Amino acid sequence: MLKISNLHARIEEKQILKGINLEIKPGEVHAIMGPNGSGKSTLASVLAGREHFEVTEGSVTFDGKDLLELAPEERAGEGLFLAFQYPVEIPGLTTTNFIKTAVNEVRKYRGQEPLDAVGFLKLMKEKMALMEMDQSLLSRSLNEGFSGGEKKRNEIFQMAMLEPKLAILDETDSGLDIDAIRIVANGVNRFRNENNAVLVITHYQRLLDYIVPDFVHVLYNGRIVKSGTRELALELEEKGYDFIKSEVAV
Amino acid sequence: MNTVENIKEQLNRLYSDKKESGLHAIRQNAFLQFDKLGIPGVRHEEWKYTRINALFNKEFRFPYTESNLLRNDWQSLRLPGADDAHELVFVNGIFSPELSVLRRPGDLVLLPLEEAANSEQYAKTIAANLGHSSRYAKDGINALNTAWMYGGLFVHVQEKHQTAHPVYIYHITDTRKGNVLSQPRSLVHLGRASGLKVVETFLTIGSQESFTNQVIELIVEEDAQLEYYKIQNDGLHASQVSTTHVRQTGKSFAHTVTISLNGNLVRNNLNIVMEAPHCESHLYGLYLLKGHSHIDNHTLVDNVQPHCFSNELYKGVLDEHATGVFNGKIFVRQDAQKTNAYQSNKNILLSDTATVNTKPQLEIFADDVKCSHGCTIGSIDTEAMFYLKSRGITEKNARSLLMHAFAEDVLENIKLPFIRSYVDQLISERLEFDLL
Ligand SMILES: Nc1ncnc2c1ncn2[C@@H]1O[C@H](COP(=O)(O)OP(=O)(O)OP(=O)(O)O)[C@@H](O)[C@H]1O
Ligand SMILES: [Mg+2]
Repeated sequence: MLKISNLHARIEEKQILKGINLEIKPGEVHAIMGPNGSGKSTLASVLAGREHFEVTEGSVTFDGKDLLELAPEERAGEGLFLAFQYPVEIPGLTTTNFIKTAVNEVRKYRGQEPLDAVGFLKLMKEKMALMEMDQSLLSRSLNEGFSGGEKKRNEIFQMAMLEPKLAILDETDSGLDIDAIRIVANGVNRFRNENNAVLVITHYQRLLDYIVPDFVHVLYNGRIVKSGTRELALELEEKGYDFIKSEVAV
Repeated sequence: MNTVENIKEQLNRLYSDKKESGLHAIRQNAFLQFDKLGIPGVRHEEWKYTRINALFNKEFRFPYTESNLLRNDWQSLRLPGADDAHELVFVNGIFSPELSVLRRPGDLVLLPLEEAANSEQYAKTIAANLGHSSRYAKDGINALNTAWMYGGLFVHVQEKHQTAHPVYIYHITDTRKGNVLSQPRSLVHLGRASGLKVVETFLTIGSQESFTNQVIELIVEEDAQLEYYKIQNDGLHASQVSTTHVRQTGKSFAHTVTISLNGNLVRNNLNIVMEAPHCESHLYGLYLLKGHSHIDNHTLVDNVQPHCFSNELYKGVLDEHATGVFNGKIFVRQDAQKTNAYQSNKNILLSDTATVNTKPQLEIFADDVKCSHGCTIGSIDTEAMFYLKSRGITEKNARSLLMHAFAEDVLENIKLPFIRSYVDQLISERLEFDLL
């Protein structure tokens, strides 16, 4: 589904991604861990199409298409979704209006009819319930004044509404209490099937108890320096990143 | 013949035709003022960025015979909610009783201004208030309207009466026979403890140039409540100077929203004069322009007495070659202790060629007051753009949603639902939001 080969990216003069290779197949869950500043969010941003990063080398294909050639909105249409580490607040735009526009844009891109008001409301109610979100958030401005946990749940709610093929979750667990982690994980697990895939970026093994990864990768200094199964996450939790750093140094 | 001479000649023609008017003395006085001041040029401090004199290079007609505009001509121009509104129609600056409709007789008193000035009942009100705005205008434009003052309207709301219907005032300029200068004039009087909602809009039909020099004076007596909306979405061959002068003579409430979406050159003068203690006023404005449109909002809040409150928020989005001016004056006179006056002007420029000049101007002569002001000029938030696009929303729609969101804290102050949705629709069209 997603194939990243030798991806290099920089911002201004600073090289951040230094040759990433990663392949994700339908039905899989991958986790990326790694120290602060290693380039995890940068990788997520480059995949989603954030403009201020410049790809200097390498390629990314998504379902056979050259992902890097597509505009961010086209990537979303193709089925790529990024849950932001820091969701953006937009005063004056209601959550409902936003999500309705997004759902219908994506449907249009996929050649589907727009949802009518009734169908949209039904879908929205269902997904709100899944994420245990308060209905009052719908009429409020997007993310404005939302608590940290509400923002993160709102990201997964959007994922559930847009039904992507590949969901990238950038530290969706950060700042969540135990119950909220369970809710977020439940949302993700309910979304999963054999045709879609999830890429989880996290610092904590805890989330991976709920969203069980098939593969765990360690990103360090712009490269994936180690890959393994979920046991790798446990090992990291135990030993910290130092043992990776010393391995890399060798 | 130079323009000013031409205007004076047309004024003299009006006077010789319609001399017997009860308003003649005040008109002649204004004529002398106009003669002295002329059309302001860019060296005039209040007109620095608005080249109004350039408009007078053209010849305009001053039609004052009844226009033969037909019902059908303007039916399509009526605003949403009109079936539930009193509709007052001015054509080429002259009030048209034929086209106007009072939904419920007795809800309002409507009289031609001249008739009201001669009536026993209203002569005093007129004498005390008509032309009050000229004290705040140090240029010939206001004087020109007063010097003309023909076909004006007087609106009165009885004491303690809450009007059942809003008033829609249409200023229609019919340019099908040539360039037209129209000068509508009205005086609106809210009696004690009364309530009134007013919506004013400007429409030019025909393809020639129109220039509207309008003055509306609204007198708000004690405990009365005024809601006033101005909607400007006229064509690119339409220019205007629109003066809204609100005089709060007793402790009262005034709420104004000015929405400017299209036009060639638009200059708004909004004056709020708070002459009694404990007055409250709100001034909201939104301008959203592209092409070569020019918008100039001059606002003035005059705190004459203590304990008054005013809150002002003007927001602008300028694209392409559009130019904007915001000048917000707050006067706090010596006696006006405990004044609370807030002002904010925020702008977004969507292109490198759009410009805005913004200037707060506070003149405070009392010592115990709370006043604040601020202005910003920014561009579109790229983080927010990326967020929306990453959800599949196209560049154009994302931009449109963001601009609409930016305008929301002005728009939410439009309390008439029909007008709110009408403005929302105009904005979506303007921002080219693709309905899905
Ligand atoms: N806009 C930017 N300008 C300059 N440097 C940037 C910018 N964005 C990211 N970087 C730098 O790129 C590097 C990688 O950042 P990135 O956000 O990808 O790290 P991360 O692995 O997600 O870290 P964390 O675990 O703290 O979220 C950091 O050194 C960061 O300072
Ligand atoms: Mg990060």
